[in-house]
Amino acid sequence: MHSTTSESTVLPATAAHGLKIVVVGGFGVGKTTLVRAVSEIRPLNTEETMTQAGAGVDSLHGIPNKSTTTVAFDFGRITVDDTFVLYLFGAPGQERFWFLWDRLFTGALGAVVLVDARRLEDSWYSIDRLEAQGTPFVVAHNNFGSSYTLDQIRGALDLDPSVPLLECDARERESAKQVLVTLVRHVMTTIAGEAVR
Amino acid sequence: MSRSIDREGPDRFYVITSGRSRGGDEALDSVTLIVTESDPTPGMQSEHARILQMCRRPMAVVEIAARLELPVTVVRILLTDLLDAGYVTARHPVTTGSATVPVSPAVLEKVLVALHNL
Repeated sequence: MHSTTSESTVLPATAAHGLKIVVVGGFGVGKTTLVRAVSEIRPLNTEETMTQAGAGVDSLHGIPNKSTTTVAFDFGRITVDDTFVLYLFGAPGQERFWFLWDRLFTGALGAVVLVDARRLEDSWYSIDRLEAQGTPFVVAHNNFGSSYTLDQIRGALDLDPSVPLLECDARERESAKQVLVTLVRHVMTTIAGEAVR
Repeated sequence: MSRSIDREGPDRFYVITSGRSRGGDEALDSVTLIVTESDPTPGMQSEHARILQMCRRPMAVVEIAARLELPVTVVRILLTDLLDAGYVTARHPVTTGSATVPVSPAVLEKVLVALHNL
């Protein structure tokens, strides 16, 4: 493991702006592993609740008479400088958890969709929603030793050519860093494109 | 992990929030940073006092929730109490920038530098 920072790591007194990046994917795909690889604190876990207020917006098919739903998520943190601090959220990508995302995504810089080539169908819904809401995202294939090429994965996901797709090993800090760097660069390109339009 | 929260059931939350299930300030984003402005007072509810101790340095709403082992929704209610009474202040996330990305390219450059320095 990397050397850092005990659990007592605190932010600078001048910290003023929280930033967020969301890592989404199916269960067991390595979201928390990726967050842990780059976080300066051991990933923490908490819960968010959808109350009745969100019920009209989200599909509640299959959970009748339910006014609240709770889901757990993990997060880590990277101090950017004296004023900015970046939070990385690992969130389950399934449709029934989308209410959590709507909240987490508000104001997010962008998203990483972490995929396992053996279970690509787990990420279809996430990718559709991200495209629909215009959140910049990259797709990272957490390679568990699969023989699929990135071209095959891009095809199977029907991914737009403009969306970056890369291999990663979520356990490795350098690899996890590369995923985040690719996302931030992609966000910059997206902003530059908006400025031109 | 969340299991410890699940096992406790809702009764504890009911007591902590004095029966409120809403009333938390929705402007409190998960990454809004909370900063303590004055010390706990004698007789203050223990969760309120713990938040004031934790936030002597800025701490995000979501991190307060994790460290208190309480759902974010419950923590929003507790924080709203403290904000209303002036015990804490809130530093909200940047919301300038474009429609899809809330920050400027200059901020993204800072993030890139921080990532490279990891």
